[in-house]
Amino acid sequence: MEDGLCITAVGFLPFIFLVAVLSIFIWSRNKMNSTSTHFVPSRRMDIYEPIHQMTMWGDFKENNCEDISPPVIIEIEGKLDNQSEETSHGTVGPSSKYDQEASRRPDKAQRRLAQNREAARKSRLRKKAYVQQLESSKLKLIQLEQELGRARHQGLYAGGGLDTSQLGYSETINPGITAFEMEYGHWVEEQIIQISDLRNALQSNVGDMELSILVERVLKHYADLFAMKATAARIDVFYLMSGMWKTSAERFFLWIGGFRPSELLKVLLPHLEPMSEQQHFEVCNLRQNCQQAEDALSQGMEKLRYIVVEAVGAGRLGEGNYLPQITAAIEKLEALVRFVGQADHLRQETLQQISRILEPPQAARGLLALGEYLQHLRALSSLWSSRPCEPT
Amino acid sequence: MEKVLKLASEKGILIFSKSTCCLCYAVQMLFQDLGAKYHVHNIDHDPEGKEIEKALLRMGYNGPVPAVFIGGKLVGSTNEVMSLHLSGSLMPLLKPYRG
Repeated sequence: MEDGLCITAVGFLPFIFLVAVLSIFIWSRNKMNSTSTHFVPSRRMDIYEPIHQMTMWGDFKENNCEDISPPVIIEIEGKLDNQSEETSHGTVGPSSKYDQEASRRPDKAQRRLAQNREAARKSRLRKKAYVQQLESSKLKLIQLEQELGRARHQGLYAGGGLDTSQLGYSETINPGITAFEMEYGHWVEEQIIQISDLRNALQSNVGDMELSILVERVLKHYADLFAMKATAARIDVFYLMSGMWKTSAERFFLWIGGFRPSELLKVLLPHLEPMSEQQHFEVCNLRQNCQQAEDALSQGMEKLRYIVVEAVGAGRLGEGNYLPQITAAIEKLEALVRFVGQADHLRQETLQQISRILEPPQAARGLLALGEYLQHLRALSSLWSSRPCEPT
Repeated sequence: MEKVLKLASEKGILIFSKSTCCLCYAVQMLFQDLGAKYHVHNIDHDPEGKEIEKALLRMGYNGPVPAVFIGGKLVGSTNEVMSLHLSGSLMPLLKPYRG
């Protein structure tokens, strides 16, 4: 088993495991044949051709490894199970032997492989996004520590009157909010994948059935976001309303903790064409109704602001104890949670109506336009923050 | 219970509300914008307010105000009103009470 040992020299731990399993298998199958050429690197890998990630052992990165070792073993087992000649061959023609295998269990094998590839890809993307988030969080922390240090040095942080929110962050970082930020990061990363799938599907002219599955998937994804936001709102509605979890350009458009549904409709509309007269009528109605609903909520928010201003500003002038007023104000601010919920409900209903009024290809185009718009906004924010600072 | 139903059937559009509730105010603004005549019953100003809340509960309505009745029938809270409006089904309901 020199060849097997060769691998272990190259490989990582999962490799060693893989090698061990294969070695045992091959050894048990091949008692007579001393030339065990079946389990070899590089050029002999054409035996295992469909397992794309394994083309070059040397190329293996950690990522790929953890995703494929278990299924790969299954595949190889399957192959070895059948033909003992297979194991005694140096250069087994991939086409003949594999085809036999493939014809026996074509659906299962193909599906498993596709799923593996998908899972591996998603895992890589997730890991990448997570690492990026960690890096940026680390940078933010360093920034904040520096600010705090400066402020203390200047004697601003004297305790008592001034509160730390003036320095731009809250004293205690709520773990629930941290969890929300992380979840949101994953949500964005998943959205990028879904948008890309939508784009590919539209470009390759797939059928309505497949498009409607993709549309449902996107809608469900937005529903997940609203559920996450509802949880976060109960933890700290001010945080949610601040939009600090979004990028700077998105914050510019903030309306009650998110986007204005009517603005999003404006983005979707051109891409829904061509539409039938009936669809046109319904979409125009939707737009108008959405606008009216938004206006109603906005007026409700105005009233809430007024009530809170009154509550916070109440009490006699010069009165030392203002705790009753701010306590009363906090009670009133609890209505904010309901408002954010209503705004998200509007967003969700608007998306649902779009998918109801339109055919799958139209809805797919609309949702793709929406997803790309959000990507553009995020890119705008990145570009904005990397602008060179002008000296005053 | 009877009071609730009586009030609801008398007034075409009835909103059970609280004077401090801003979401109730939002619903009122929507009806105003749509040109519909509505009535508001503030349960925090009604001595029988608690009974009204209990009656609403028995009718299957367990949310906070607003509780919206149209044509004597319970439509629901802000959620339901907004959903109806976005789907285009609110305007037909409001027709008899407009202008």
